[in-house]
Amino acid sequence: MIVRCQVREGLISMKDINLDYAAAAPLDKKVLEKMMPFFTEHYGNPSSGHILGEKPKAAIEEAREAVADLINAEAKNVIFTASASEANNLVIKGLVKAGKRKGNHLIASSIEHFSVLNQLKTLKKEGYRVTLLPVDKFGMINPKDLEAAIDDQTILISIQTANSEIGTIQPIAELSALARERNIPFHTDAAAAAGWIELDVEKMGVDLLTLAGDQFYGPKGSAALYVKRGIRLMPQIEGGIQEKGLRAGTENVPAIVGLGEAAKIAKDTNSERTGKLAAIRDQLKESLFKAVPNLHLNGHPEKRLPHNLNLSVEFVEGEALLMRLQIAGIYVSSGSSCTSQALKSSHVLSAIGRPPELAQGSLQLTLGPNSSAEDIPYITGQLSEIAALLRNMSPLYHQYLKEEKTNASV
Amino acid sequence: MPQYSDKVMDHFTKPRNIGEVEEPDGVGEVGNPVCGDMMKFTIKVKDNRIEDVKYLTFGCGAAIAVSSMVSEMARGKTLEEAKKITNKQVAEELGGLPGNKMHCSNLGADALHKAIDDYMAKEKVSAG
Repeated sequence: MIVRCQVREGLISMKDINLDYAAAAPLDKKVLEKMMPFFTEHYGNPSSGHILGEKPKAAIEEAREAVADLINAEAKNVIFTASASEANNLVIKGLVKAGKRKGNHLIASSIEHFSVLNQLKTLKKEGYRVTLLPVDKFGMINPKDLEAAIDDQTILISIQTANSEIGTIQPIAELSALARERNIPFHTDAAAAAGWIELDVEKMGVDLLTLAGDQFYGPKGSAALYVKRGIRLMPQIEGGIQEKGLRAGTENVPAIVGLGEAAKIAKDTNSERTGKLAAIRDQLKESLFKAVPNLHLNGHPEKRLPHNLNLSVEFVEGEALLMRLQIAGIYVSSGSSCTSQALKSSHVLSAIGRPPELAQGSLQLTLGPNSSAEDIPYITGQLSEIAALLRNMSPLYHQYLKEEKTNASV
Repeated sequence: MPQYSDKVMDHFTKPRNIGEVEEPDGVGEVGNPVCGDMMKFTIKVKDNRIEDVKYLTFGCGAAIAVSSMVSEMARGKTLEEAKKITNKQVAEELGGLPGNKMHCSNLGADALHKAIDDYMAKEKVSAG
């Protein structure tokens, strides 16, 4: 474990436990090694006609093969973008603009990433109809709801493979089958899922798939979009004809190379890596539930990403928890309104029916390369202490205690 | 997480006067879980002065620090003086609050004023 001291005087922790790897994870050393030559040595432009462009061009194609291999696609159907958000924008805006399919209706789940939801909001203002599918208390979409939402004007269905916040994995094959029967393009945002669960565009039956390298130990600024043959998109960044004319701009060769290497590693060691983290996650969950009363699991108990745990600590607010945990050297994120830039509590937690006070007290814990079962007793001890301390000053907790007392005496 | 002043961090990590005063003379509640912050102030009044003041707070770091600061500012003050404490003054005493916290979490003075109003309303009833 890396030992780092907190900068603020008096707030010193010798611990350094990252439980927020979904926000950012360190680059895999092998990925970095593979990237390095492309900054200074093989710096050429892949579009050049001369020899300097050869190595970078070959490296991009090798990375394309690796990414395609991770999702069982053909390399020629994979294009690189700078982020999953960009890929999602290319899908929705690009498909709507291409206008191949006549219609004005789009369907997505209510727990999509904002790079999907905010575009739909904009399209709605422009006159499109948008249906956001509800989810159950675990965050699962019912295929029947999708079937009922589809009409003859539906031009795109976009449903995430897994939710980054609560980890719930959707039954994509079942959902996409409904789209295929009606010849409606089906997109899945697999940014949170890629590198963590098996992805196979054939088995999943998807026409478009988004993934992001930084979610599985690749570099930030590396992402890819799978576009099935026959799907027409209008480029959102116009210029040169890089990436089959779907995305102009000189390729970020090191990032693409890094994404390719991260994809290779994820494909090779997927089960071992995820199995280890899932085991630590399960132990952590058990330990926390034993130690902290009035704790609630958010997301599906089984069908969830292996490195994800999301909890609501009843009666307390997330930012206060987060700050106290930080002082203890434990880094987490929360779905509370105070921790969000928009000052709104998590749309995902509200979609699964969590009342505001439970959404405010949510903690998203994601494991990564340095996660160790050895830290579980410390994490448990700290969370248990902090929850007790904050509850002691919470009006909601005191109200609960009074109600408990009344109930007991009745 | 916002950048908080040292004073805010001090009150957040070592909040003063937590709890509820026994048999309070005035109770003031503000906020709700939807916005993320809730405060309940209870006061004990003697000879027109705030003899004791305590609070329970559900909220972020700023909300907790604000509650703690208000309790310190109000203690020992006359009701008139305490009524003059503003949310702005509380923020200043804390060495400033991040911009987005000024409205949602800076409710301490409001809760205190409500407790004072509650006391005064009760006084009126018992006097009348």
